[in-house]
Amino acid sequence: MTPLLQVESLSKFYGNHLGCGEVNFTLWPGEVMGIVGESGSGKSTLLNCLAGHMAPDTGRVIFDTRTNGPRDTVTMTESERRWLARTDWAFVHQNPRDGLRMNVSAGGNVGDRLMAVGARHYGDIRRQAQDWLGRVEIDQARIDDRPRAFSGGMQQRLQIARNLVTGPRLVFMDEPTGGLDVSVQARLLDLLRGLVRRLGLSAVVVTHDLAVVRLLADRVMVMKDGRVVEQGLTDQVLDDPQHAYTQLLVSSVLQV
Amino acid sequence: MTDYNFAYLDEATKRMLRRAILKAVAIPGYQVPFSSREMPMPYGWGTGGVQVTAACLVPEDTLKVIDQGADDTTNAVSIRKFFARVAGVETTEATARASVIQTRHRIPETPLTEGQILVFQVPIPEPLRFLEPRETETRTMHALEDYGLMHVRLYEDIAKHGEIARAYAYPVRVEGRYIMDPSPIPKFDNPKLDNSPALQLFGAGRECRIYALPPYTRVESLDFEDYPFTASKAAGQVCAICGAEDSYLDEVITDDAGGRMFVCSDTDYCATRVAAQAEDAA
Amino acid sequence: MYVAVKGGERAIENAHAWLDDARRGDRDVPDLVLDQIREQLALAVDRVMAEGALYDPDLAALALKQARGDVIEAVFLIRAFRTTLPRFGTSQPVDTGAMQIIRRISATYKDAPGGQVLGPTFDYTHRLLDFGLAQTPDIAAAPEAEISTASVPHILSHLNAEGLMQREDAGGPDVPDLTRAPLEFPAERPLRLQALTRGDEGFLLSLAYSTQRGYGRNHAFVGELRIGHVRVSAFLPELGFEIEFAEIMITECESVNQFQGSKTELAQFTRGYGLVFGQSERKAISMALVDRALRARELGEDLDGAPAQDEEFVLSHCDNIQSSGFLEHIKLPHYVDFQAELELIRKLRRDAAARQAATSQAAE
Repeated sequence: MTPLLQVESLSKFYGNHLGCGEVNFTLWPGEVMGIVGESGSGKSTLLNCLAGHMAPDTGRVIFDTRTNGPRDTVTMTESERRWLARTDWAFVHQNPRDGLRMNVSAGGNVGDRLMAVGARHYGDIRRQAQDWLGRVEIDQARIDDRPRAFSGGMQQRLQIARNLVTGPRLVFMDEPTGGLDVSVQARLLDLLRGLVRRLGLSAVVVTHDLAVVRLLADRVMVMKDGRVVEQGLTDQVLDDPQHAYTQLLVSSVLQV
Repeated sequence: MTDYNFAYLDEATKRMLRRAILKAVAIPGYQVPFSSREMPMPYGWGTGGVQVTAACLVPEDTLKVIDQGADDTTNAVSIRKFFARVAGVETTEATARASVIQTRHRIPETPLTEGQILVFQVPIPEPLRFLEPRETETRTMHALEDYGLMHVRLYEDIAKHGEIARAYAYPVRVEGRYIMDPSPIPKFDNPKLDNSPALQLFGAGRECRIYALPPYTRVESLDFEDYPFTASKAAGQVCAICGAEDSYLDEVITDDAGGRMFVCSDTDYCATRVAAQAEDAA
Repeated sequence: MYVAVKGGERAIENAHAWLDDARRGDRDVPDLVLDQIREQLALAVDRVMAEGALYDPDLAALALKQARGDVIEAVFLIRAFRTTLPRFGTSQPVDTGAMQIIRRISATYKDAPGGQVLGPTFDYTHRLLDFGLAQTPDIAAAPEAEISTASVPHILSHLNAEGLMQREDAGGPDVPDLTRAPLEFPAERPLRLQALTRGDEGFLLSLAYSTQRGYGRNHAFVGELRIGHVRVSAFLPELGFEIEFAEIMITECESVNQFQGSKTELAQFTRGYGLVFGQSERKAISMALVDRALRARELGEDLDGAPAQDEEFVLSHCDNIQSSGFLEHIKLPHYVDFQAELELIRKLRRDAAARQAATSQAAE
């Protein structure tokens, strides 16, 4: 089997300051990789390099494209990367405002990616939007409402629907439960877990919340000061942490 | 100071304009930046069209100028007189006789023919402008064919109004590549853009852009399969003067009791029909 | 009736005749001569030259007369004339250090070599209407001093010598020309300065003011403001040497702005620059502040969405010939578009009414 994503000695500097350094990992189809660490550990830098939002200084990010097989996304043209970003990839931002068009209706938001890849049948687009609103537990009657009128949790679920509607093969998530109340977080996490399992999604999830990793991720990477200090199967790393920093991280939260 | 060059602009400026026009013809629908000059009429009053016309005119040309379809509207009169004075070319009101036609907001009803040039005056050349205000971003969107946003807007129209609520400046796709603003012509005129035997040039003076549709270019109005584009006009009306059913009509208020009539917006088309009817009768 | 709504040639001719008549006004009042405008409305003449981007006081006076005192209309006349002029070449950069100064002030130093020269300024006048001017009083000549021929170094050169001013890039010979190439973004500083110097004074004033009130704040001092005459010369390849061909009056402003420094650079002062034809210090100071605000990105300062820091916003809207033309074009007929809108709105209302009727029928 070909890996879906293969990251080889990826580094990113901000001037003399290390963003993330010498990161290596392989993601297989259907797998969810969690990246944990405190703020400033380099996990968001890494995610942005993987998703093509930022150019790494060294290293390769090889993605198994649908049509041309494994390709290094770092050396691709901007137009190829943008095409990937609206077809095979999805990106769930921490703040739904960054991932939604706030002045476009919920239906338009979900239909956006469909139209970007050429869907031209209004009825079909609307039916799919309706279907996806249902899947993320948003009342279908609100299809023509703008996201401004939605609660934070609803906005985040809408962002997820908007991302998943084109059946992406790899989903990047940046603190997907970050800005939400605890009770809303639990519901969203539950929904995400259902979607990940049912759709067999491959994903890279960045979070500081070990509960998110525990529930969603098959494997986990722990980052500190821009370096990966430990990686392995989620249960193994969280239940039997080897690195002192991981031990500190695990012991500092309530067990779930 | 009456000693202006033929067609007002100096030859170096005309050469710059012609290069931009040639580039525009080579890449149909692509907006070519050009160094727009101040003209003796204000920006927004047709300076782009006037510069393109000035660059195209040769002494043998016959020029027609219309605004809102009519030859005798103030702005059309002013531009026609300008070229009559600074280029000394023959002018006409007959679409069929003209070799260069400058227009604001209409395409003539009389079908254009090979060898004719139709010059549009364009206020805002960027079809994505009202979706994205930044030039740097819209140029990237064109370069990467990132046009999803345009259809999102059309989707929103249907969701809100039950149809695509655009009556004029209705966006088109050129040869399956660039999305283009056809200038504020009513969407009734959009089908005339497609596969036209004439060369169609678009000049936006204030925004410094020229774009073009070479003869026989494929031009499609954006739509959805289940909400196809329709070239609509006043429902169920005919021209009160010539009786035309197939032309775009202006609504004219005839009194203060709500009386109104509809007449051809294309005055040459209307007059030609009236003359033919008089001949038939005689 | 039909022809009447379309307007027509005669209406235009009559309107123009009326304009000519109104411009002349009461025939019992003597006709204004251009010398009077040039000499006595000199600051209006200067503004027309600056925004018209053409240095010719006589033509600017003519434009003001033709425009009935409407400054933007006069600027427009000058621009439309300028556009037809052949270009023979490019002048050498003017040396403002060698300026024959009529006014020179610094807000950063009490005194400096060359001194503070107030010149013919409104500053410190009491803004009381001088009813004496309603008559035609004899005005005594101002007291005169010996003309100093010593060159007056720029105030900022003193800071520069200490290494406290950021060094300016001298720029190459290939400076882009706004009047010969379309404005493209991102625009480099030479292009931005060209746009600003012929930009609308009121627009730049408001933008500069907005930076002072916190929208893109960069805390400016007027390091130096100088007004005076400079010589303009050009290098003629045929002759192989430079010749002077004109002397023009200009206003130059250099602002001194704080800069916190960054990881790689020590804290130092940065500069905003304004240069305008004629005596126009409000415009020159505004230009310097806006120039400095537009450098926020290259200096790595926080961009907080302030209009004055947004080069696309500033450069796309600062030209009053572009903006007034487009604004006023909405007076032109739009009946074709309006007709299309009219039909669309009627159809939408009809369709909605039909849907409503169908729903209420179904409900019964």
